Amino acid sequence: MKISKMKLSSFLFTVFKYGAIVLASIIALLPVCVCVLTAFKTTEEYNATSVLDLPKSFLYFENFIVAVKQANMFRGFLNTGIVLVVVLIVSIFTGSMLAYVLNRFKFKGSGIINSLFMFASLIPGIATQVTVYQIMYSLGLINHLYGYMIVLMGTDIISIYIFLQFFENLSVSLDESAIIDGCTYFGVFFKILFPLLKPAIVTSLVLKGVGVYNEYYMSNLYLQDRNLKTISTALYTFTGPYGNQYNYICAGVLITIIPIFILFLIFQEQVYSGMAAGAVKG
Amino acid sequence: MSNTTQAAPKSKKSFWEIMKSRKGQRGLVIVLFMLVPLTLLAVFTYIPFFEMVRFSFYDIRYGQDGTWVGLKNYAEVFNRSECFTSLFVSVYYMGGAIIQLALALFFATLFVFKVKGSGIFKGILFFPYLICGIAVGFIFKFFYARGYVLDSLLQMFGMNPENIPFWLQDQKINNISLAATSVWRYMGQNMILFLGAMMSVDTDLYEAASLDGANKWHQFLYIILPSIKSIVVLNLILSISGSLSAFEPPYVITNGTMGTGTYFVIMNRLAHERQKVGLACAMAIVLLVIIVACTVAQNLFFKYVFDNGTEDESKAAVRAKKRAAKAAQKGGN
Repeated sequence: MKISKMKLSSFLFTVFKYGAIVLASIIALLPVCVCVLTAFKTTEEYNATSVLDLPKSFLYFENFIVAVKQANMFRGFLNTGIVLVVVLIVSIFTGSMLAYVLNRFKFKGSGIINSLFMFASLIPGIATQVTVYQIMYSLGLINHLYGYMIVLMGTDIISIYIFLQFFENLSVSLDESAIIDGCTYFGVFFKILFPLLKPAIVTSLVLKGVGVYNEYYMSNLYLQDRNLKTISTALYTFTGPYGNQYNYICAGVLITIIPIFILFLIFQEQVYSGMAAGAVKG
Repeated sequence: MSNTTQAAPKSKKSFWEIMKSRKGQRGLVIVLFMLVPLTLLAVFTYIPFFEMVRFSFYDIRYGQDGTWVGLKNYAEVFNRSECFTSLFVSVYYMGGAIIQLALALFFATLFVFKVKGSGIFKGILFFPYLICGIAVGFIFKFFYARGYVLDSLLQMFGMNPENIPFWLQDQKINNISLAATSVWRYMGQNMILFLGAMMSVDTDLYEAASLDGANKWHQFLYIILPSIKSIVVLNLILSISGSLSAFEPPYVITNGTMGTGTYFVIMNRLAHERQKVGLACAMAIVLLVIIVACTVAQNLFFKYVFDNGTEDESKAAVRAKKRAAKAAQKGGN
């Protein structure tokens, strides 16, 4: 009797569990799925049918072609790609090198520098752009891809923190034995410690990568030239001419989703562990 | 570098040389490794920050010198209805953030108990986080627009079209609609964070507890919750500054019209469209003060409420084990 009661309650729990998860998954998918349906509809079809109706054909790619041309999306991907690669590589090196110095050497002012970075992480990014804009202007960095990259690197506090935390857990005896073996400080960093930073590098690649890919505000401010648009600002151009032509807009939205979807499928585990590591530490 | 290796096998004097060059090398490493990040920090964070503080006392436009107005800008932040109401708009996003954390906690807990196909479900729930903010904006502009996705769905389920509100125009609900998009976007990411923390507890504990007869609720209360309480509180506090900084949903979907302007949207409008740079700077400083206050509160909270701000895993595991035993006892009765 007791056993069957337990069985019943565990059965009910299983039903509840799957019910909740499936419902949440539907809610998560639905808005994107409707976009997929709409992106394959011709303009007449879009005007005539309900948004929930299936398109006549999933082979109608005209909307995607128009979207790519209209918003200059290839250029957007190229620019975002260049920015991502450069910013990620540079910030991994600058972040880990700075964390190495701050963690391993105690010198006059190291405490102050630490607190300076700490406080900087509190200053809301968008807020300071009012004055950063003037600095960018006087340095002649506006409307240059490298200017945008520099400003993205300059506001990079997250990866520094991830590396600092990681160094805390790397034993100093590693450095000491390498130094006794005649290794220089440069050697200690590049040959001994840097290869050990792999998990921290993954975390900072994931967090920083998502951040850069999503970044809209600064790219809108500093890259106004049509050929310098990133994927976010390119997509935003749909607000103007296509107002309510959601068949084109949805196609544009899907184009921005597809590459990140593929990357996510490949690197799923790394993304999860990267996120989780960033949180426990952050 | 080559100096050190050459000098290494020699007498006492050259030992000093090694020390000296070690010290020199140390200085070189410190300077070289910090040069770039410190320059960037100064140019893109601190110079703008001090300029911002200075501007907040001026009536100023871009490229002008401006006139000193003292605290007038700060008074205006709290008197100008536009700025002041935007603080209230943030309350919706804060409410959204709390619901989002609760949902994330709920689903993360479900995933701790074995779920078939959990990889796919986790992926589906997490993926919205990776869609770029502007795309999310368009997706929901389409979703909420009159007669489009949400309205069609509700009609499909038999709702009378006349009873369906204007999701984005009706001032009673449009902020809820917008805050919901944030929940949609970030819930899965929060869930992954919580799940990570929950899994850092020895997973055998769950099995042991359930074998000993602890029911699901007790497992949650005594094993799962303690393992993640610090990360939950951390996220709760972060959500305060996060909701004040909400920007993309109102910016893309409604452009901040019809009472949906969040703090950042208003700040952006004042600074870049109306050129009220001084007022925008004062708004930024007020926001910074709120954020600093939240951070101080967070530190105090961790110091006095949990004795263990930096929870050492083994300690946590020991405590969790004790709780598992306790849970088993209670459930066993």
